[in-house]
Amino acid sequence: MSTIRARAQEAGGIVTVRALMSHPMETGVGKDSAGNLIPAHFIETVEASVDGTTVMTALWGATISRNPFFQFQFEGSAGDTLSLSWKDNKGESDSAEVTIG
Amino acid sequence: MNSNKRRVFLKGTLAAGTVGIAVGAGLLAPSKLLAAWPAEAFEARGFDDALQAALGTTELSEGDVSITAPEIAENGAVVPVTVETGLSDVTEMALFAVENGSPLTSKYLLGAGAVPMFATRIKMQTSSDVVAAVKSGGQWYSAAREVKVTIGGCGG
Repeated sequence: MSTIRARAQEAGGIVTVRALMSHPMETGVGKDSAGNLIPAHFIETVEASVDGTTVMTALWGATISRNPFFQFQFEGSAGDTLSLSWKDNKGESDSAEVTIG
Repeated sequence: MNSNKRRVFLKGTLAAGTVGIAVGAGLLAPSKLLAAWPAEAFEARGFDDALQAALGTTELSEGDVSITAPEIAENGAVVPVTVETGLSDVTEMALFAVENGSPLTSKYLLGAGAVPMFATRIKMQTSSDVVAAVKSGGQWYSAAREVKVTIGGCGG
């Protein structure tokens, strides 16, 4: 099951992407119910590309909210495929492909 | 301390367009092939150090940068922020929550055809200025917006 839900819509040559990623974005200072510190676990890098060309790179810290939302825009065309991927501080990653509508 | 002058300057830019301080060229060149995560910038404590580590300078000019964020955030764990700019030739953008222990929340490296805007949601520990920085033509410009937080949201 993908952790990335995204829509990419083109209007007037501009593609608007709205993505929601499923991720705890733990800062490392939060505690669980037993009072133990939860280790930092957060997305560090989000990369968006079309046809192998990177259009946007986001570098995130742990103070981006849990289940992060990300909206960005770039010049593009309907029908093209947007690739979205993230990598976190533990080396975990996920990616998704979205057809630009 | 420079930080007090800077905060007054940034607040002044909201109230009455004061003339910006000339900006030194940014020292960081984004690598578009392998975007290394800038640990030092994200770990920097205090706004001055965060600016220096993230942008390579503490001198930001006033510019056409706009921040959309709630005046009062009910939940400091999820504060929606949108940053837009009318500046051209934008290569990087960054977002800070000045009073967070580590003020840098995120940086954005714009690729081919990217429009200089982004929207996301950030955690804010306490009421604070949110500062957006935009690198245009090799110089950094910024705007600030105060967000009041009723319940702080960093989980600590």
